[in-house]
Amino acid sequence: MSLGQRVSNDRQLTRLLQIGVVLEEVVESRAAHHLETLPSDERDAVDGEVETLLVDAAEESADHRERLETLIDDLEAETVSYEEINTLVDAQYGPPEDTDGVLYDQLANEETAYKFYDDLIAAIDASETEFAVDRDRLLDTLTTIREEEKEGAEEVTEIMERRA
Amino acid sequence: MNTADQYLKAIYLAQRIEEGPASTGTLADLLEVSPASVNEMVGKLEDRELVEHEKYKGATLTDEGLERAHNALQTYCIIERFLTNVLEVDEFREEARALESVIDDTVAERLDTIIDRPAQCPDCFDAEQDHCELLESGDHAN
Repeated sequence: MSLGQRVSNDRQLTRLLQIGVVLEEVVESRAAHHLETLPSDERDAVDGEVETLLVDAAEESADHRERLETLIDDLEAETVSYEEINTLVDAQYGPPEDTDGVLYDQLANEETAYKFYDDLIAAIDASETEFAVDRDRLLDTLTTIREEEKEGAEEVTEIMERRA
Repeated sequence: MNTADQYLKAIYLAQRIEEGPASTGTLADLLEVSPASVNEMVGKLEDRELVEHEKYKGATLTDEGLERAHNALQTYCIIERFLTNVLEVDEFREEARALESVIDDTVAERLDTIIDRPAQCPDCFDAEQDHCELLESGDHAN
């Protein structure tokens, strides 16, 4: 058991970045599923603002995934494909009842991703390990992604507040 | 998962292994820390009414401590099952132990949306083998 929040070696870092990729793939896939599986009357009610939010969220996740994959490539490891994660999401997916449920799920996605990157950055900061990827580049990438997740959560919250 | 929750999980597992209060020695082995560190943390958990400690016998979780330990073990089960079934990691126990301090329970909940976990989780966790007794390492996603 490892007490204390730190990343101690390349293998641990790689595994955490792979988990980050999966989280992004889950966001991307769930956003696509939300748009496809809402009942037709609810889908009609999904106004442009929410639809744009879901499309943007999927695009942003794909972009984050690519940035993480570049780091993972440098660590000479592989990632789980989007198609595989999409299949797993599909197997367990239960569509939200309505648009509010979609927004709540999207907020959970953004907040979870933010928490993940925040903890990962803290764990890297707490470690003196010299990784196979440049530490500054690693932290720059993760900090940028974390900031975008924060902005994403704020955007969903604003929409939810307007709809309340 | 924070350090307090890791301790509560270890106390829960030690109580199951020992069929009684968790001894300092067993906790030190499970957590890979010194007995002095265990005693210090158990004292803090006792102050927070998560644990009752009886001298020469060991630590026992209170109802509130048991609930938190249960949740922490569930988070750990999700990490192990995710590593095995999605990332296809053979040494999933070692890696789960190394990663648990960095994976928050909200993150584990999201990972849980893509894994197939038994309804009785985490009661099916084998404390001595340190993994779910229903988890097969060859039980991959593909």
